[in-house]
Amino acid sequence: MLKEITVTVNGEKHTLEVEPRLLLVHMIREVLNLTGTHIGCDTSSCGACTILMDGKSIKSCTVLAVQANGKSLTTIEAVAVNGELSALQEGFKENHGLHCGFCTPGMIMRATELLANNPNPTEEEIRWGISGNLCRCTGYNNIVKAVIYAGAKMRGEELPSTEPQFV
Amino acid sequence: MNKCKTSKEIGGMGHSLKRKEDIRFIQGKGHYVDDIKLPGMLYMDIVRSPYAYAKIKKINIEEAMKVPGVVAVVTGRDLEKYNLHWMPTLMSDTQMVLPTDTVMYQAQEVAAVIATSRYAARDGREAVKVDYEKMKPVIDPYKSMDPDAPVLRTDKAGKKDNHIWHWEAGDKAKTEAVFASADVVVKEQMHIPRIHVASIETCGCVADYDKINNHLTMYMTTQAPHAIRTVIALVAGHVGLTEEKIRVISPDIGGGFGGKVPVYPGYVIAIAVSFLVGKPVKWIEDRSENLQADSFARDYHITAEMAGTKDGKILATRFKILADHGYTDASANPSKFPTGMFSIATGSYDYDTSYMECDAVYTNKPPGGVAYRCSFRVTEAVHAIERMTDRFALEIGKDPADLRMENFIKKEDFPWKSPTGWIYDSGDYHKGLLKAMDAVGYWELRKEQAEKRKKGELMGIGLSTFTEIVGAGPSKDFDILGIKMFDSAEIRVHPTGKAIARFGTKSQGQGHETTYAQIIAEELGIPAENIQVEEGDTDTAPYGLGTYASRSTPTAGAAAAMASRKLVAKARKIAAYLLEVSEEDLEWEPGKFWVKGAPEKSKTIQEIVFASYTNHPQGMEAGFEATHYYDPPNLTFPSGAYICVVDIDKETGGIHVRRFVAIDDCGNIINPMIVQGQVHGGLTQGIAPAMYEELIYDEDGNILNGTLMDYLVPTAVESPSWETGHVITPSPHHPIGAKGVGESPTVGAPPAIANAIVDALSPFGITHLDIPITPAKVWKALKDKGAI
Repeated sequence: MLKEITVTVNGEKHTLEVEPRLLLVHMIREVLNLTGTHIGCDTSSCGACTILMDGKSIKSCTVLAVQANGKSLTTIEAVAVNGELSALQEGFKENHGLHCGFCTPGMIMRATELLANNPNPTEEEIRWGISGNLCRCTGYNNIVKAVIYAGAKMRGEELPSTEPQFV
Repeated sequence: MNKCKTSKEIGGMGHSLKRKEDIRFIQGKGHYVDDIKLPGMLYMDIVRSPYAYAKIKKINIEEAMKVPGVVAVVTGRDLEKYNLHWMPTLMSDTQMVLPTDTVMYQAQEVAAVIATSRYAARDGREAVKVDYEKMKPVIDPYKSMDPDAPVLRTDKAGKKDNHIWHWEAGDKAKTEAVFASADVVVKEQMHIPRIHVASIETCGCVADYDKINNHLTMYMTTQAPHAIRTVIALVAGHVGLTEEKIRVISPDIGGGFGGKVPVYPGYVIAIAVSFLVGKPVKWIEDRSENLQADSFARDYHITAEMAGTKDGKILATRFKILADHGYTDASANPSKFPTGMFSIATGSYDYDTSYMECDAVYTNKPPGGVAYRCSFRVTEAVHAIERMTDRFALEIGKDPADLRMENFIKKEDFPWKSPTGWIYDSGDYHKGLLKAMDAVGYWELRKEQAEKRKKGELMGIGLSTFTEIVGAGPSKDFDILGIKMFDSAEIRVHPTGKAIARFGTKSQGQGHETTYAQIIAEELGIPAENIQVEEGDTDTAPYGLGTYASRSTPTAGAAAAMASRKLVAKARKIAAYLLEVSEEDLEWEPGKFWVKGAPEKSKTIQEIVFASYTNHPQGMEAGFEATHYYDPPNLTFPSGAYICVVDIDKETGGIHVRRFVAIDDCGNIINPMIVQGQVHGGLTQGIAPAMYEELIYDEDGNILNGTLMDYLVPTAVESPSWETGHVITPSPHHPIGAKGVGESPTVGAPPAIANAIVDALSPFGITHLDIPITPAKVWKALKDKGAI
């Protein structure tokens, strides 16, 4: 009952035989060994498994591998190019937008699409924009800062301070 | 902020160094348990009970064994043959690994299916058929001691009721006398409900037993790998798994928050199965299993009372607790402290009379209690005292900030002995609250509130001025399973002056790889970037008690400084030898010794280290390394002043947190950026139980919200934009003056939020609401008071 699919993952074409019920997140993690994409729930709530499918952010726990047939996928592993961090990766690091790192890949993939669609989002737009992604460590403040930083960098504007601000 | 003594290049104390951890995490190159793949690895899934209390009549595994890929199905009867069906808990109680006769809570582990893939294991799980005889469970802890309540722990010889233990602290007679004669007595009944840490990574493990070498490697999500190694040896030593044959590896952990301290049955079953089949076995639980079966937090029912004078002097407090522990006492406390540090509940205030007691009971719910940034029940203690302080202020019509200022322990009175015997190390509570009030514009807000009240609008201001107690703890009083609660550091400096340092703690995102390096950089002057920090591998790291209860900085952080100082002492000897002067003629600053009066005659730490391998003084041991096991003389007592401002929609009960200012005092700060990150996260884990999260059970013991669909973990939208700051009152007994802080925000925030909401509603005669305070609860309270 295996189905043959062809998917492009991080620019590389794969032809795979998969069970129809195989979740895309398991295909990515277990078949392709791209373990940056994580699983944090079983109800499509947390967004730790977020990747890009044809440029759109999707929760890969809620898509079957066979549905990705013919599609182009991008995971966290392909975000940095030739060792050069993306603006978002740099933003997360510079602004302390991660602690345990478990939500981070999904958060960065989601924010990648957010900034592609809305290059200069307000704080509120960012908060709503990442509301499909749960984080238990950061309290989100610094994730918002990281996205603002990345937006500025991508627009070629002066970068906001990454020093922590205290009252 | 404390002033930095080292340059940015060295990156010692006080620098907001960017984290070493990030570079792998932002590229998907972290290494978490479910990322592990071993040759021949099998997958385990767990059959769980649909009932809260039932007899197991029969487990039929025939159909499951026919499922393609299923290798084995393991039941309690199988484990019984090896005496592995029960295990000890951290509180000297016992817990089932797999039941042989009776299930005690919904979602309890009943059998394990082992298969060649995750999917086959799940198919096998669905094919296992279990016949149960349902029984009436004990769910309400207040009814657990009723004469007709079934006795749950019939496995315990002589157990005739569901009472676990009674605990008390303070002076009962004196407290009764003060209450009897006080002008003002206020009393509230409060429930701090059952919640769950819900770290984004659930629990799991890969148990890899090597039959040939009789050696177990256990990769697992644990906050206390060494203690777990000892526990595994205690549980399985009789089958040959003695401690030197066990290697526990706690890799990168996707958040812990106390949920990864206990030993869960899944780990033990995986070990047993790997032992039996001789192959690696992976077990990764689902979110639902995590929420429904793993360690809960809180669930304290507290009758809280405060006595005082009409003009606002606090005279005494009294707390009576009923603690719901589930079916076994597996709360992760130091062994002499069944209520953890609840006796810190006298708070930040100067009075000398208090009495508190607690009775713990069994119910048909999962075990736990201590988790979710509670610092061993300090969350409950602080909620009780901070709510009652506001309640008292409301009763006598005094501003709660004024009342606090007038009752605070004064800066000059530290070290201060509390009515329950704790010696608070240091504090400057007035300064902290003043800073918070200035930052939020407190008196302006009170004016605005008065105006709004005239117009019938609901606005509330809530305070929480808490004292934490973290860093367990001194060996005289603190142990887990008899092991004293020290912690450790081992620093080895290589010939070229770069170092590797290992610790007995285990980060779950708190940034230890960065901050421990900063402590060593501060002491030795070796750049933090040249210090590789490792934790979590029991074969390589020195023995420690792990990371929980904000103990890492107080214990292993202290050990890092002490081990470094041993190295500075050795470096001094080598420098004297190299410079041909006596040790007394040398001056030291991090990174360099020089001759007094002749600063050009100097040796850098790197030169000294190189000499320790190449040209060390005769009679001296070669090399450059030191270890320290730090037994703390006291705990550390960080504090905070938090102010929350809420606006409430009267028609819907909707609550908007407008401002939240948090001033923390954790003594000297190692990395301000990381402390702030901890505070942000902790505050969001403060708003969560205050407004959103609660595990709810019906009378049959069914969990009603055991998934993330309705267990409301806050998103970026619910989480306010936090405003944070510090005052600095160093811990006098700690080698670098640092206190723990990781849990302060979760301890301090919920009462600030609850106080703000109750303050908004107080014109209608509302004096208390239990958390989580939801719009529905607010709306009902207003409705009941005829306000809408």
